[in-house]
Amino acid sequence: MPPTNPRRAAILGGNRIPFARQFGAYAEASNQDMLTSALDGLVARYGLAGEQVGEVVAGAVIKHSRDFNLARETVLGSALSPTTPAYDVQQACGTGLQAAIIVSNKIKLGQIDSGIAGGVDTSSDAPITVSEKLRKKLLKVNRAKGPKNQLLALTGLRPTDFGIATPSNAEARTGLSMGEHMAQTAKRWKITREAQDELAVASHKNLAASYERGFHDDLMTSYLGLSRDANLRADSSMEKLATLKPVFGKGEGATMTAGNSTPLTDGASVVLMGSEDWAKEHGLTVQAFFVDGETAAVDFVSGDEGLLMAPAYAVPRLLARNGLSLQDFDYYEIHEAFAATVLSTLKAWEDEDFCRGRLGLDAPLGSIDRDKLNVNGSSLAAGHPFAATGGRIVAALAKMLHDKGPGSRGLISICAAGGQGVVAILEGA
Amino acid sequence: MAFDYGKFVSGGVGKQLATALGLPRPTRLRRYKPGASLIPGAVLVAAHGEGAVAGRVRAIVETAGVSVATMPSTSVAAVVVDLTDIEGPADLETLRATVAPALKTMQPTGRIIVIGRPPESATTVEQAAARRAVEGIVRSIGKELRGGSTANTIHVANGAEGGLEAVLRYLLSGRSAYVDAQVFRVDVPVADIAMPEDWDKPLAGKVAVVTGAARGIGASIAEVLARDGATIIAVDIPAAGGPLAEVANRLGGTALQLDVTADDAGAKIVEHALARHGGFDIVVHNAGITRDKLLANMDAERWHSVLDVNLLSILRMNQALVPAIRDGGHIVNVASIAGIAGNRGQTNYGASKAGVIGMTSALAADASVVAKGITVNAVAPGFIETEMTAKVPFATREVGRLMNSLNQGGLPVDVAETIGFFAWDASRGVTGNTIRVCGQMMLGA
Repeated sequence: MPPTNPRRAAILGGNRIPFARQFGAYAEASNQDMLTSALDGLVARYGLAGEQVGEVVAGAVIKHSRDFNLARETVLGSALSPTTPAYDVQQACGTGLQAAIIVSNKIKLGQIDSGIAGGVDTSSDAPITVSEKLRKKLLKVNRAKGPKNQLLALTGLRPTDFGIATPSNAEARTGLSMGEHMAQTAKRWKITREAQDELAVASHKNLAASYERGFHDDLMTSYLGLSRDANLRADSSMEKLATLKPVFGKGEGATMTAGNSTPLTDGASVVLMGSEDWAKEHGLTVQAFFVDGETAAVDFVSGDEGLLMAPAYAVPRLLARNGLSLQDFDYYEIHEAFAATVLSTLKAWEDEDFCRGRLGLDAPLGSIDRDKLNVNGSSLAAGHPFAATGGRIVAALAKMLHDKGPGSRGLISICAAGGQGVVAILEGA
Repeated sequence: MAFDYGKFVSGGVGKQLATALGLPRPTRLRRYKPGASLIPGAVLVAAHGEGAVAGRVRAIVETAGVSVATMPSTSVAAVVVDLTDIEGPADLETLRATVAPALKTMQPTGRIIVIGRPPESATTVEQAAARRAVEGIVRSIGKELRGGSTANTIHVANGAEGGLEAVLRYLLSGRSAYVDAQVFRVDVPVADIAMPEDWDKPLAGKVAVVTGAARGIGASIAEVLARDGATIIAVDIPAAGGPLAEVANRLGGTALQLDVTADDAGAKIVEHALARHGGFDIVVHNAGITRDKLLANMDAERWHSVLDVNLLSILRMNQALVPAIRDGGHIVNVASIAGIAGNRGQTNYGASKAGVIGMTSALAADASVVAKGITVNAVAPGFIETEMTAKVPFATREVGRLMNSLNQGGLPVDVAETIGFFAWDASRGVTGNTIRVCGQMMLGA
């Protein structure tokens, strides 16, 4: 049973900065710079300068230790009222969507009347840490009392202690990169290179077409010279993608290339939500309602399930709670961490054994109409600054549902590191 | 950092050098500051004969808290001469006799304002000649004035005297700092003239749409209108979204990203204004581009894009904006001196800006606009100090700066102040005017 809510959480709009490729246009920009820019663009679009919003909830996956209060510091540097509370959340690539779930829940409960959910990530302005051995020894030096003891502690340093560590997307418990994990899953579900390349081409074509239509004019604010996602290749084709060599997996069965995997990118996104009354008071049009969200996790460490397969488990739970079938949607937004992620998930839902054995269902969830999938492109074309992807999808889907009309439905599915998946249902207004 | 001639000659070696060589030394112009006195000194008011408006002018000046002088015995800050009653050229002697002695002692950044009747409505040939002669005198005075002072003419139609206050206040104040040798036409108002409760907030409660608001003159227009009390809808292309958001947030308005050349641009502005602000009262068509090339080398793309952005888009958007703007509202277009004088390499730009001037007078007289009591006016900026003109080569830039009676370039705020004046409800007697903000530039004069 879906919880009966005293009121609905409305999605009123969103904003993001164009996503840049790693070490590209935003090489010098910090997470706080980018998130502030995205937030200020939202404030300007919706006339919120000087306003106190209920809460700003945002996060980043890759953070400097100084950014422990990233969301609040961003608010203080923005055009919003400094009396707007804010806090950070972090759930790997699910951060942005999880932030939106939190804000929507608080609105439904009447704890806040308005809120902004967001996320940002930089793969360029990454924090660098020293080696674990060096860090421990330096802390010891710091603890030592008096110059003599400090000098003594310093003598404990060895040349081999010096090294720096940059963040990587390797799983802590398996040592495998996300791509290597995905390659295992792709092999298990027999996802072909051709199918992956087709999905990648569609992503680029769809995103390019959406720019041509001006779809992003009220979803994006230019930043540091970019007014379109830098990763977008409007002229992408099967022939061009076919020339790329596999980068994940081994030998004959290796299908995953740089073309059908998401590149490292920098960017930020935010979504404005509120109660219907708050929207009315501010003259804002309700685009869609945030109906419900669900999070699942899988045991990928033992090899029981693929790292990025958690959404395949979260969606049926969400559908059951809301009395919906997989086919009851006008749009599907399945985050393209890799083309193979989307294809494996779809194949799993069509698979009798998986749905009965793993999901405990009587029958497969079935297939979806592929013409309703990522119709304005997704991460393969736009890029994927981890925590910013959720906001990108929620804002764009809300607009699509508003255009489609009241009662239209959209499903969001985002996989995340650590074997997690965050999914949600939006309904057009 | 570009070399700043004005700053260089204002002190030190530069001042000595300029004085020795007889180079012009521009005066710092008196610009409007909220709360400041209308004009820092007395206003001499004179008339030929009784004068149809002299009494009204005195009352306006005194209500503004400024003292009125009747004899040019002491140094005054402005001279206003009422020539509405002149019958022939011989009557112009009044102007000479009043202004000549006052000029010798007039304070810097002073104002000469001559009020007459429009030559077109003269009843005799002698009267028409005399009325037209006024313009020649005032333009010549403009070239003789020093110290940042200006000279302008007002043609007030019979029965339109109620519209004088707005123009007088604007001309006497620092809002008209860079407006020189212009003719303002005051007609019977298109809708009831409404005086503001506070002359420092003449746009209180109004909603203003400004296109091209992200940078330069557009950002300054948005700033001035907001300062005067308006809520701003700042419009610019998506690629300028970053700076546009900054402007909107600074002014507490809203940002609307769109391409003015899109077919639905007007409809989108109307939709945004209605949903967010309940409507709109003021539209400033400021968005514009240049794509310079000598005509011999001008391709169709350059030709078309400039005309499309600068002229056609306004015509298209107005189809949606005119029916939706609140009655008694104001449309202001940004033309250019290039649309009057022409510019080498700017046939496309000159065409578009001259077209804007033509459109302005025609739309002002259009039945749909008159029925709604809307005013339509244009400003034609001369050399204005912007990021764009800062990139002009030094010699060309200095010629542009100095080839005017004020010996300096104007500031974006000067253009903005004149637009703000057109947008007052007190200015409803002013419609179909194109006013140059050029410091009496020699070009096209």
